[in-house]
Amino acid sequence: MIRFDNVSKVYPKQTRPALRDVSLEVEKGEFVFLVGSSGSGKSTFLRLILREERCSQGQVHVLGKDLARLSNWKVPQMRRQLGTVFQDFRLLPNKTVGENVAFAQEVIGKSRGEIRKSVPQVLELVGLGGKEERMPGELSGGEQQRVAIARAFVNRPKLLIADEPTGNLDPQTSVGIMKLLDRINRTGTTVVMATHDQNIVDQMRKRVIELEKGRLVRDQARGVYGYQH
Amino acid sequence: MRAQFVLSEIGVGLRRNLTMTFAVVISVALSLALFGGSLLMRDQVSSMKGYWYDKVQVSIFLCNKADAEADANCSKGAVTSEQKQQIKSDLGKLDIVEQVYYESADQAYKHYKEQFKDSPLAASLTPDQMQESYRIKLKDPEKYKVIDTAFSGRAGVQSVEDQRDVLENLFNLLGGMNVAALGVMGLMLVVALLLIVNTVRVSAFSRRREIGIMRLVGASGFYIQAPFIMEAAIAGLIGAGFAGTLIVGGKYFLIDQWLAEKIPLVNFIGWDVVLTKLPLVLAIGLLMPAMAAFVALRKYLRV
Repeated sequence: MIRFDNVSKVYPKQTRPALRDVSLEVEKGEFVFLVGSSGSGKSTFLRLILREERCSQGQVHVLGKDLARLSNWKVPQMRRQLGTVFQDFRLLPNKTVGENVAFAQEVIGKSRGEIRKSVPQVLELVGLGGKEERMPGELSGGEQQRVAIARAFVNRPKLLIADEPTGNLDPQTSVGIMKLLDRINRTGTTVVMATHDQNIVDQMRKRVIELEKGRLVRDQARGVYGYQH
Repeated sequence: MRAQFVLSEIGVGLRRNLTMTFAVVISVALSLALFGGSLLMRDQVSSMKGYWYDKVQVSIFLCNKADAEADANCSKGAVTSEQKQQIKSDLGKLDIVEQVYYESADQAYKHYKEQFKDSPLAASLTPDQMQESYRIKLKDPEKYKVIDTAFSGRAGVQSVEDQRDVLENLFNLLGGMNVAALGVMGLMLVVALLLIVNTVRVSAFSRRREIGIMRLVGASGFYIQAPFIMEAAIAGLIGAGFAGTLIVGGKYFLIDQWLAEKIPLVNFIGWDVVLTKLPLVLAIGLLMPAMAAFVALRKYLRV
């Protein structure tokens, strides 16, 4: 599903690499936590998977494709098989919940019939059944994140990338979001989630990958958050 | 690709940047109107050139009695019939000459009367004030110099005149105006393109949320860029429409209603010439802004 072979990334005009010689593999259907302090390279790791950036050295394979060889115009096709969720939700404030989810399908050219069918379905799945007509501003943070997850999942991606999805939420709401991500994972979708939330990692007992100053320092099946923060 | 979605995005974009859209429309309209106008002017000049150059000739004016007293070139007296014979036979030997007409003083008087019948000067003119002349049609109008060197200063010849000189000044003036119009057009076009680049930058910024999401869910580059390009193209097309209206209006009011009545001698360009320019104006109005938007997107919108 994801394979990093000796990947390093140096941003232009910076001498210290954001990632150094990282090698790892994520299998289909896995749930992986990505932990590490700020500046440890988590975001760079995710950006490489999304091909927002290209690596400086090594190879990144996602969904069986070598991203370095993927030409620019094929990137959108690749991204359609990925779902992304962020800390700040990234919803469109002037569109309703239903329109926000539908937007992800409209812009990749799905037919209207398909959209009308899949939007209520996916909203039901994330626990927002019947809230289609609400505006994002009227919803709580947890509900907004559910909308974002619905949008990420509506095209049934094989891989879901979540960048601190619970970063703005209280512990109780976070648990709800984690349950939802776990449910999505059980449908066969691989989930990679960057987080700072110690409790969640400790409770879930999933694979944990820890980065420190760009290096892979721990890769532990059924791991915990770690000893130091 | 769902057309309705793209269309609604374009509508939103054009409304959001209404002032900028106006500026683009106006500058495109003005620059294309100038462009079309200068194209038409060039046609007008070349049709006038064809028309007049066909008629103009080199004239050898001969001395008459009045000139013999007043004009230094005619100090040897009025032209004699031997001198006239000599000129005629010399002209016959030159192979650049296509045809020679002789205009007597009487004929010159008649032509003058016809041409300036309203002028008070014509009434006081008498036939013996007019000059006899040879009107020479050249195979190549450019070869005027040959006639000039051969006959200027000869006894009985008052002057050799190339009528082209007179027209040449007029055409130079029109040509100069044309260059100026093209220069202004170029500037306006640059203004229009810069406005479009700026519009694209502003609307890419105000839509960065949508664009970010579109990129993440895998919308194709074309899908993301199409609304921007179409916006610019539509604004440009509206501008080109105004430019076309200005050109047609100019032809109708300025040429047909006004100039054609004031200057009946000139054969003005017809509607066919005007109408053939309109598709070109519209096409440029559509394509130039679209291309400008495309270039601007490369810079301001990472896909």
